[in-house]
Amino acid sequence: MRIDDTDRRILRRLQAAPDLGVNELAELAGVTPATCSRRLDRLERAGILRGLHAQIDWAALGWEVEVSLRFTLDKTDPRAFDDFLEAARAVPEVTEIQTFLGRVDVRLHVIARDMAHYQAIYREKILTLPHIADVEALMQVAVIADDPALPL
Amino acid sequence: MTGLDETDRALLRALVEDGRLSAGALGRRLGLSQPAAWRRIRRLRDAGVLKGSRVELDGPALGFGVTVFLGVKLATKGRASHEDFERAVRAIPEVQLVHHVLGRYDYRLRVVARDLADFERVLRRRIMTLPGAGDIEANVLLSEERRPGPL
Repeated sequence: MRIDDTDRRILRRLQAAPDLGVNELAELAGVTPATCSRRLDRLERAGILRGLHAQIDWAALGWEVEVSLRFTLDKTDPRAFDDFLEAARAVPEVTEIQTFLGRVDVRLHVIARDMAHYQAIYREKILTLPHIADVEALMQVAVIADDPALPL
Repeated sequence: MTGLDETDRALLRALVEDGRLSAGALGRRLGLSQPAAWRRIRRLRDAGVLKGSRVELDGPALGFGVTVFLGVKLATKGRASHEDFERAVRAIPEVQLVHHVLGRYDYRLRVVARDLADFERVLRRRIMTLPGAGDIEANVLLSEERRPGPL
């Protein structure tokens, strides 16, 4: 599917304010509401607009600790990635899973209520994951910027 | 806010899956009236638990084929260098995320680029020239999944 400037303008506005209604979005993007709806439908059918997801602020629910855990896996076992990812999905405190090309093989974003809780999760649910060769933690101190928008 | 009940959890799970569900649709799914579902959504919003939505786009289809996670260590320490670094890094459009962290690096960044050549340009011209930037490690994203979390 061809993406033109109008599509990009609509997506740019949508990324900036995902919860706007079609009428407001259309006005900001400088198109009619009908055009805006049609374009959004088309982008969605083409799989380019994949969806809208509510974001939970875990800190507001008392989950104060966020840690980025970076793993190197023992890749002598061909099942290492699959086994590790499957086991990581079963840990409820894992909120993101990424795989990489580089020094790090997998990153898990882990949340905990406090440091004692984190220690328990780390020992009981993380260090017991299969095929870990090395693990390193980056403890989150502050979010300086968080804007998932693509620079369209 | 503490004390989510089972209905709140189900409601959050549904909205994380599809943020466009209306109060009416949510209510039907969870066995609540539309006003009851709306009151719960408003309560979660007011408490800051629901903090707006995220649009999920197909980056590669829109011309952004490469995402890279960076670890950045500052060469010089001190309050001024952190502030300078943070101000400058926030102005780079390709940088989607900046977390101040403790550990091997001082910051972790998420950077999006059109392709590897474009990433190299961003890295050399924008990231490596950031005030105070020292050791940088780059890992190219291959796959990503977001999990609902402990709901």
